Amino acid sequence: MNWIAIGLTIKLATMTAIALLVVGLPIAYWVSFSRWRWKFLIESVVALPLVLPPTVLGFYILVAIGPHSPVGRLYTDLVGHPLPFTFEGLLFASVLYSLPFAVQPFASAFDQVDRRLIETSWTLGASRVATFFRLILPMSVAGVVTGFVLSFAHTLGEFGVVLMVGGNIEGVTRTVSIDIYDEVQALNYAGAARTALLLLAASYLILLAVYAMNRKVWAVWPQK
Amino acid sequence: MIVVIAKCFPGRLTLDARFLVPVDPPAVLILFGPSGSGKTTILRCLAGLEEPDRGHIRFGKETWFDGAAGVRATPQVRRLGCMFQDYALFPTETVAGNVAYGLSDLPPKERKARVEEVLALMQLHGIESMKPAQLSGGQQQRVALARAIARRPRVLLLDEPLSALDAPTRARVRGELRHLLKQLAIPSVVVTHDWGEALALGDQMAVIGGGQVLQVGTPQEVFNRPQDAEVARIVGIETALAGRVRETVDGLATVEVDGVTLHALAEEDVGPDVFVCVRAEDVVLGHGGTGTTSARNQLRGRVVDISSMGALVKVGLDCGFPLSAVVTRSAVEDLHLSPGMPVTASMKAGAVHLVPRRDAEMR
Repeated sequence: MNWIAIGLTIKLATMTAIALLVVGLPIAYWVSFSRWRWKFLIESVVALPLVLPPTVLGFYILVAIGPHSPVGRLYTDLVGHPLPFTFEGLLFASVLYSLPFAVQPFASAFDQVDRRLIETSWTLGASRVATFFRLILPMSVAGVVTGFVLSFAHTLGEFGVVLMVGGNIEGVTRTVSIDIYDEVQALNYAGAARTALLLLAASYLILLAVYAMNRKVWAVWPQK
Repeated sequence: MIVVIAKCFPGRLTLDARFLVPVDPPAVLILFGPSGSGKTTILRCLAGLEEPDRGHIRFGKETWFDGAAGVRATPQVRRLGCMFQDYALFPTETVAGNVAYGLSDLPPKERKARVEEVLALMQLHGIESMKPAQLSGGQQQRVALARAIARRPRVLLLDEPLSALDAPTRARVRGELRHLLKQLAIPSVVVTHDWGEALALGDQMAVIGGGQVLQVGTPQEVFNRPQDAEVARIVGIETALAGRVRETVDGLATVEVDGVTLHALAEEDVGPDVFVCVRAEDVVLGHGGTGTTSARNQLRGRVVDISSMGALVKVGLDCGFPLSAVVTRSAVEDLHLSPGMPVTASMKAGAVHLVPRRDAEMR
């Protein structure tokens, strides 16, 4: 098995999930609480990676961060090398690719919080930010963990975006799914099967954890 | 506190209310009205949770809202204590955590002391580490109130404070709330549509109908002398008199009002000082009336005035105390009622309601 690819994939998925916590929570807060009438425009953009072919998304990201775009030029000037075909570029693409998997569970958890509780918190002197950290976040733990885990799991298996933006560089951008593709291309079916099984098992276990956590009734735990 | 606010809800309601909340000495103002009359919206405007279209809200020298000058104080800076109808307790916090929630600006030691103090005042010791879901309705109500008063609010806003409780608990908690409001001496605004609550809790009462303040006065004044037919319809009770319970036997109380003895059902322990309340439509008029009937109260009196209210006629009586009756026009004709005429007014004991009245020295 290609342990370098496995290690890289886990590193990428973890950093993507953490980045999405930082970026996704404010976006989800806005999506859930904004009363702006054109809100649906932004909601649709956030959901776009769900339906867009990864190659299309990857293509646009590649163009957007490439050396011919203003963003790409700025990055090259600041860091000294271009963003595509690096780990950072891959991380940026993964964050965009998994955005809905984080934002949607976050936002639907926030939607569940009774607005009167939030108003009560304000009347008790808690600012909007304090209300978020003291009331809304503790009440949304299950949704936040779900979003974190789903974006982690989704990043584990990404293929098209990685190929477009990251390429296939051993130890830098070659993730597990690309490794499997390479093995099959080399007709090494046994190697591909082992890695594929690992990915299948990991994905199943993660989803198992998510669904178990979101269960309302705990049959195996005693009722308190 | 001066409140002049207007807010338009197209097609539903136009709110246009102006009233005062007495702050020095602090008083309890009742906003009384049917559902949909705009009283909860008024309360939300006071709390800063809703913004009026026009008008102003001033508290002492502070301006909380001024539509023309663009002043909008946030709920956070108004330092109010709010209690909503369904209490809105924080499910992730314990009882003590709920009470401490508004005290985060205090140093930990003082915060702890204040939480202890409020828990003791509200008799919440022993359940301080429970979560709201484990509490009874009455306990939840006390926690919500404890949380609201913990940070020493300048104004207390209570929206239907007792409506989520079942009837027996409500009667008990009403008494507790009455004592607490007097003890705290914080200017308070209480929204209700229950006349028992209004009489028991209020110093002043504003009747709200169709988004407007129709009448302001003490609850007793408003109930006894509604200024027009609309207020009379909203308050639904025409006689509320100070009385004293003489004795209670087998759930039947004997009450004295201005030297006249009445019988009433004692549904709860109301204490010796009460308001005796009678709805005008529960008063039956007749002549002579010495015959035995099921009505426990038969009062001899005199017709003072007769005024028309559409299909019905309101008859003002003097039975040793003022009493109002509402009868049909044909009844007036059959009985040949006219001012000065002697009549007998009968009421069943169940039609005479007793509401606890504040002790004389507290008034």
